[in-house]
Amino acid sequence: MSQYILRRLLIAIPSLLGISLILFIVLALAPGDPFSELATNPNVPPEVREALRAKFGLDDPIYLRYVHWLVAMVHGDWGFSFVSRMNVDTLILQRLSTTLYVIGSAQLLALMIAIPVGVYAATRPYSIFDQVANTLAFIGFSLPTFFTGILFILIFSVKLDWLPFVYSTDIKATGIHWIGEQIRQTIMPVMVLGLFQAASMTRFVRSAMLDVIRLDYVTTARAKGIGQRRVIIKHVMRNAMIPVVTLIALQVPAVFGGAIVTEQIFRIPGIGSLLISSILANDTPVVMAVTFVFACLVVLFNLIADVLYGWLDPRISLR
Amino acid sequence: MKLGTELRTMIDGVKDGRMDRRGFIQRMIALGLTAPMATQLLAIGGVAMAESPSAYKPTKRGGGGALKLLWWQGPTLLNPHFATGTKDQDGSRLFYEPLACWDANGNLSPVLAAEIPSIENGGLAADAKSVTWKLKPGVKWHDGKPFTADDVVFNWEYAKDPATATVTLATYRDLIVEKIDDLTVKISFKNPTPFWADAFVGAPNAIIPKHLFQDYTGDKSRDAPTNLKPVGTSAYKFVEFKPGDLIRGEINLDYHMPNRPHFDTIEMKGGGDAVSAARAVIQTGEYDFGWNIQVEDEILLRLEKGGKGKASYAVGGDTEFIALNFTDPNTEVDGERSSMKTKHPLFSDPAVRKALSLLVDRDAIKNVIYGRAGRTTANYLNGPEKFVSKNTTWEFSVEKAAKLLDDAGWKPGADGIRAKDGKRMKILFQTAINGPRQKTQAIVKQACQKAGIEVELKSVVASIFFSSDVGNPDTYPHFYADIQMFQIPMSQPDPAQHMRRYHSSNVATKANKWQGQNFPRWVNKDYDAAIDAAEGEIDPIKRAAFYIKANDLMWQDTVFIPAMHRLKVEAASNTLRPVLSGWANETDNLHEWYREA
Repeated sequence: MSQYILRRLLIAIPSLLGISLILFIVLALAPGDPFSELATNPNVPPEVREALRAKFGLDDPIYLRYVHWLVAMVHGDWGFSFVSRMNVDTLILQRLSTTLYVIGSAQLLALMIAIPVGVYAATRPYSIFDQVANTLAFIGFSLPTFFTGILFILIFSVKLDWLPFVYSTDIKATGIHWIGEQIRQTIMPVMVLGLFQAASMTRFVRSAMLDVIRLDYVTTARAKGIGQRRVIIKHVMRNAMIPVVTLIALQVPAVFGGAIVTEQIFRIPGIGSLLISSILANDTPVVMAVTFVFACLVVLFNLIADVLYGWLDPRISLR
Repeated sequence: MKLGTELRTMIDGVKDGRMDRRGFIQRMIALGLTAPMATQLLAIGGVAMAESPSAYKPTKRGGGGALKLLWWQGPTLLNPHFATGTKDQDGSRLFYEPLACWDANGNLSPVLAAEIPSIENGGLAADAKSVTWKLKPGVKWHDGKPFTADDVVFNWEYAKDPATATVTLATYRDLIVEKIDDLTVKISFKNPTPFWADAFVGAPNAIIPKHLFQDYTGDKSRDAPTNLKPVGTSAYKFVEFKPGDLIRGEINLDYHMPNRPHFDTIEMKGGGDAVSAARAVIQTGEYDFGWNIQVEDEILLRLEKGGKGKASYAVGGDTEFIALNFTDPNTEVDGERSSMKTKHPLFSDPAVRKALSLLVDRDAIKNVIYGRAGRTTANYLNGPEKFVSKNTTWEFSVEKAAKLLDDAGWKPGADGIRAKDGKRMKILFQTAINGPRQKTQAIVKQACQKAGIEVELKSVVASIFFSSDVGNPDTYPHFYADIQMFQIPMSQPDPAQHMRRYHSSNVATKANKWQGQNFPRWVNKDYDAAIDAAEGEIDPIKRAAFYIKANDLMWQDTVFIPAMHRLKVEAASNTLRPVLSGWANETDNLHEWYREA
């Protein structure tokens, strides 16, 4: 087992190098530069812009820039934002907690909806409940978050005036009021993201359950006279949840990566909105750091999912 | 120069007290000059510049509660010398202050200066080669240290050092700043500089403290802790900064202006888009002020119905224009398209350029797209008023355009598209991606088609279109298209920098890596002469005349087809009384803002 993990970690190194190289080249080939806004400012002559480009090493050849970046990264230096003129790690850490809180809550909400609904629907396939749940799930994952987000704002902020639609990181209240306000402003983004996730997960849980529920050992358990509740929870769910757990493990990196569209709509200062504004501003070091960390997390959680799978299902052996 | 002599007599009249200032300004307006320029005229002509009366009502400091600002592009850094965009200048200006700022009427109003320099108070030299600023005594930085002439001199040294990599380099490198005494600084220019109010004026040139930055100049500038935690002199003290997201400040009880500021705390939130920012201010009232609300007027009018706020406008000199390419974008010479060695196949005929100008329906563009945020114009130079030509006209007429083209020998072919000598009238029209721009393109295309000109539309992502990337053919300086549309913001009430661009020595070519600013690649000897003469001219009347002539030359040659004179649009809550200027950053007059109870 430990040998397996070690081997997988060693394999991860070349793949991460490859990912970083591709990311870097794509970003370097992408047009535009971080000082484009200066181009229309008549107070700033073009030679000043040129000097800035040279100063930040944007005129060096790509391979040199990549080597510089790689060496710095190995030393734990994530780089320096062109646009904010501050260290990239501070910039990311500043936003990490918000992303974890909002996206994490959304994922929890999704699980809390998907598992009971999926399980219940699978125990009564093609019943009215199953049909309704299926239809809603279908609608849910067909509606993109930018649509539901704006719809929610129109209904709950503009028409009803119940909830704020601008996320604020400094709420001027203490104690219970602070918690209240915090929940109030997260309801909409969490609902938008959570319901979207829940829709696809419900269908996944349902089909995983249906696969297991037909198996002979379930019939045997029923024949022994065990009640429906126990059969479902102890016998069916335990096995049906194995692929679901893997799916959840693979979703975890997304929690760190943030949700670009939803964060933009509700002005949530998370990693997703940092990524999109950095891409638009051509702030390569920030884009590079965010995407590379994301790649590392994906590789890591893939490994975790594999290990977890072997642990949950002893039939699978990892060598 | 009949106007010139008349003006001189009147300025003398004001000096002698035979005519009052208001009378003078009213006469100026009658002559086609407006208030801001008339007051500058008085300043240069030897009359102390009066400040516009302040509309500030509160009679005590503080008590205004929280001021919540929404900038849909949040500031990413808080050092004015590093500001890559106006958003960063806006954010820095919350804490740092310049010597003077442009007020709502385009007058200079002192902030850290004790008075505005003029010839009368000895601040301005008669040869326009130096300015002496007197600083306000008793001003303190937020950490309690006194503000002195050393700070001002330090900013000059800091900005002009190429190793510091400031964006303000160009403002400071050609002048010399010296300390006369603790509260007096003298700026000397190499050449006579009729427009002296650039260095240390306005949000882009706000002043940073010497004692916190002196150890962080040149290559060390990026390590300064104060880059992210500004210590300024302004009405609000720094509390917190999260790049791109949030800036917070609190009232400065030691502020150097009486009864100011009105608000107890200030918050600037970033992110999102312009439409939802307008919604948050005008419709739901979550925020007090929204920056740069470039939203179609129709949407704004809808939001304003029964809303909690409204749109406010400030007139500056920003002009949305269509530029014509004088070189051929489709022929490559020495690895360069739009080369100076080529002539544009269609636009080398002046009749074609005139016809194109007749095909831009500016009324439709105003009514359909810009609404209250635009004014139609025939001029490239639309402000300050003193420099605006009255000699130009514009017209929209498909018939006249068609006749012009017929007479010039451009006859419609079998497909309805005009051609002459085997050259088909097909033009490529490019612009940046932006809702109003794409709609304007459609309006122009429609009219052109009626007149037998085929138009292909192209839109480029703004971050590419405006970039300085040498390798990318889609930037506006490359101009690999027949016509292109955008605007170049006018950030100060003077046309010198704006008009210098089109001097023939500034043509954008491969040789200068497309860093030249004359992208239409238009060359006109008379224009060059007018610009050169204007830059050395001290007499404000003659100087203005040169710029008007330069504008008229561009109009005669149809170098630009101005599509719209654009106004700044902001959203403000109904109770907020913001002070905005078309010539300054939104936060430049923040100390004057208050809320009506």
